[in-house]
Amino acid sequence: MGQLAEKNQSLWLLTGSPVIWAGHFMLSYITASIWCAKLAGPDKSLWEVRVAILVYTALALAGIGFIGSIAYRKHSHGHAALPHDADTPEDRHRFLGFATLLLSGLSGVAVIYSALVVVFIGSCH
Amino acid sequence: MTTDPHPLGPAKDVEPLTEAPPAEVQRAQEERLLRAWKMPTGWRYWSAVNNTEVGLWYTVMTLFFLLFGGVLALLMRIQLAKPNNDFLSAELYNQVFTVHGSVMMFLFAIPIFEAIAVIFLPQMLGARDLPFPRLSAFGFWCFLLGGVFLCGSIFFDAAPRGGWFMYPPLTSTYQPGIGADIWLLGFSFIEVAAIAAAVEMIVGALKCRPPGMRINLIPLYAWYVLVAAAMILFAFPPLIAGSMLLEIERAFGWPFFDATRGGDPLLWQHLFWLFGHPEVYIIFLPSVALIAMIVPTFARRPIAGYSWIVLAAVGTGFLSFGLWVHHMFTTGLPGISLGLFSAASQAVAIPTGVQIFCFIATLAAGRVVRSVPMLFAFGSLVIFVLGGLTGVMVAVAPFNFQAHDSFFIVGHFHYVLIGGALFPIFAGCYYYFPLINGKKLSDRLGKIAFWLTFIGFNIAFLPMHLTGLRGMPRRVFTYPSGLGFDTLNLISTIGAFILAAGVAVIFWDLLRPKGKQPYSERNPWGAGTLEWLQEMPGKPWGVRSIPEIDSRYPLWDQSNFMRDYDEGRFYLPDAEEGERETIVTSVVDAQPEQCQRLPGPTFITLFAALATGGFFIFGTYHLWWLAFISLALAICVILYWLWTGTAIIPEKDEKEAGLGLKLPLYVSGSSSVGWWAMFITMLADLTAFVSLVFGYFFFWTIHTDFPPDPSPGPGIFWPAAALVLLLGAWALTIFARRWNKRDWAASTYAGLLFAAALAIGGGTALLAGPWVTGLDPASDVYPATVWILVLWTAAHVAVGLIMQLYCVARRLAGRMSARYDIDISNVALYWHFVAITVVITVAVIAGFPLVA
Repeated sequence: MGQLAEKNQSLWLLTGSPVIWAGHFMLSYITASIWCAKLAGPDKSLWEVRVAILVYTALALAGIGFIGSIAYRKHSHGHAALPHDADTPEDRHRFLGFATLLLSGLSGVAVIYSALVVVFIGSCH
Repeated sequence: MTTDPHPLGPAKDVEPLTEAPPAEVQRAQEERLLRAWKMPTGWRYWSAVNNTEVGLWYTVMTLFFLLFGGVLALLMRIQLAKPNNDFLSAELYNQVFTVHGSVMMFLFAIPIFEAIAVIFLPQMLGARDLPFPRLSAFGFWCFLLGGVFLCGSIFFDAAPRGGWFMYPPLTSTYQPGIGADIWLLGFSFIEVAAIAAAVEMIVGALKCRPPGMRINLIPLYAWYVLVAAAMILFAFPPLIAGSMLLEIERAFGWPFFDATRGGDPLLWQHLFWLFGHPEVYIIFLPSVALIAMIVPTFARRPIAGYSWIVLAAVGTGFLSFGLWVHHMFTTGLPGISLGLFSAASQAVAIPTGVQIFCFIATLAAGRVVRSVPMLFAFGSLVIFVLGGLTGVMVAVAPFNFQAHDSFFIVGHFHYVLIGGALFPIFAGCYYYFPLINGKKLSDRLGKIAFWLTFIGFNIAFLPMHLTGLRGMPRRVFTYPSGLGFDTLNLISTIGAFILAAGVAVIFWDLLRPKGKQPYSERNPWGAGTLEWLQEMPGKPWGVRSIPEIDSRYPLWDQSNFMRDYDEGRFYLPDAEEGERETIVTSVVDAQPEQCQRLPGPTFITLFAALATGGFFIFGTYHLWWLAFISLALAICVILYWLWTGTAIIPEKDEKEAGLGLKLPLYVSGSSSVGWWAMFITMLADLTAFVSLVFGYFFFWTIHTDFPPDPSPGPGIFWPAAALVLLLGAWALTIFARRWNKRDWAASTYAGLLFAAALAIGGGTALLAGPWVTGLDPASDVYPATVWILVLWTAAHVAVGLIMQLYCVARRLAGRMSARYDIDISNVALYWHFVAITVVITVAVIAGFPLVA
């Protein structure tokens, strides 16, 4: 068990879900901006952007869900309960898993917030 | 623990020595430690680089700037106390509000975070000092110089007066005086210091923890500081890039923000707020971090929801970068953009709320001890929550349209900043003061100060919401009577003076002579974290011995902890070689990796700051020759600093660190702190570059003929040639590092020198592109944008060239070798970033016109 926990000594997974949120956010913003500035027709319709953002959202949520599931496995590794504050590789492992899981939840909510925008807004005005 | 720094499998727990070393051994150890860490005396005191000294100077200066900004605020409140007042002229009022905002943001709120972290982060991590003490000192001197320069300008009626966000064209076309230049250059200088501090904090929190302090055990303060410092890396560079563009426009007429020649003032707003919004959280997080340290101490229990607070810190760090456009809701962007940023602005309230619930839960589950720090912490929570609620209100675009630029906004952000930053800092003052000079602040004065500041604050700022909703705009020096503003403004003024009285009490408490007052007992609040190991008064060595950590609250949970620490039963209890030393550990599990030697007192940091400051200050007055002489001088001083003070070859390879642990004294590559510092610095640098590239594509989206068709330059040939040559220089530098590692001396020299030649050729070719095609940067925004990308890249190549030659010189001088290769490892890392910059630049300036 120790061996497993000692592997993957990295903080990067922690930032994975928020990075996906950031990517989704920037991509949505850039797509909408360029569409409205360069490509939108005279009616300023936003149809294509709405579809694109929904696709981004599906991909982002899938990615966040994937990271969240890895994190959940790490968190529930072994038997220890919260608050994961022992000086052992297992608790470090579980802590990182739990923090990653929480961040995945937050990122998922933030992605859905962003996606809701195109549910309500239908033009470039 | 074995001597292997990376044992596989479950780490065995290390116990301190079972027997104390004999008393005479302990005394001898302490004497040697004291000699190594001796504070310079007399006028040489100012050459100190110790974190306790530099941190103290830093704190004192930031508090001085707080007073300065506060006095300006009172002047404004006097002016606004009654209608049609003529206490301040409109002109002076403009300077006063600009300097007030700028000072509070750049000279108080950000630096006090660095100041507090410089003092306490090493203590909380049981380290003797941060990894780069001289860098902290350099940062401090830069900050002092820039701050005095900026504040001084108001006495010569020359201060900036364009608001703290310096919007062009007001600050480019309509304010020809020197004020805006002072702002742009003065703050760029200070931002460099902030990035230096961020590098120090990140490497400190990740690499200088005590053995055993795994990532799940680090103090919450370190988490917050880590996040805030990482945010600085991505938030400050856009402002540095923007300031550079605006200053170049003002000095040389390159039209980045001038709409008549294709520029766009909105680009400034994007770059400014891409900095400006995260900055609010950069201020907030380290302050709330103080609350996260204070609350468990007085609740007498560990924090509830440690992981949730980590979620809050990291989550806020990310989300806060998706908010910047909510400062630009009224600039006519498409509704969908507003919607996206509004959504993120709502989402950021989630992690912010989570940490507040964690604090409340900790207090509810514990048995709360009443104290002055807790009073300020409670006050902070109340005020901040109110500010957060109005924050959610202004995040809603339609409400924002109404409240924009009114006193409602002034009320809102003072609630956020004073509740989220100033009150926690006051709480921190009362909590941590015993660690500064061994004595407590007065409980009685503290209570008086709290009630004055808390009541005064609310009387001053609560009515402003109403004044704003009734229509009073910000930044207007007076108002006619009878619009319903009169009474509210008078109340605000009265409140501001009550608040000021409270602050005066705090300052008196800090400064009053405490000669007769006895020293406080050790760990006076009964806290559980490492900084409270300190004796009263503290010793210059930082920590007596570097402890082995098993818990989040070692003072509560580890038995005989303080005794073992005092008797030197842990690591590095001695300084046999008379050197300053601390332990460097691995990032996630804090396994010991190296015994890091730390540099001692020096004036070189002061000289380096003076020379660097000269460049910015002469630049302000457009004395270009003097500015460039200053810059050359700064480069020389910094080279001397590096040559004499860094990557020093130790007298032996390894050292006994105690408890059977043998540690190398010299480590290069990705486990060395220098490599991390280079990596982090270059991330910030890359962010600034990306901001410039963003500018290019921003102009592409707003113009139909950007880049113009047919393209007037820089063509394909020269950029392509530059790409080939510079990638050659990069590859050879990397090979030179490998050849050096194999000790092939001739190949190393040849590789580096040939790489240097290619760098010169490549840099020249890059500049030749826009030059031979005759792009005139002052004529239109397209040539200006191409030139700025080319100049940025060429400047990086020039620095890379100096580095290559430096490595050649180091090897020739015997200061670098196959085994001791920090210099060339870090230079190779730098060149990776140069290569990325070159590829992007060439792809944009030569490639994009082909596809566009």
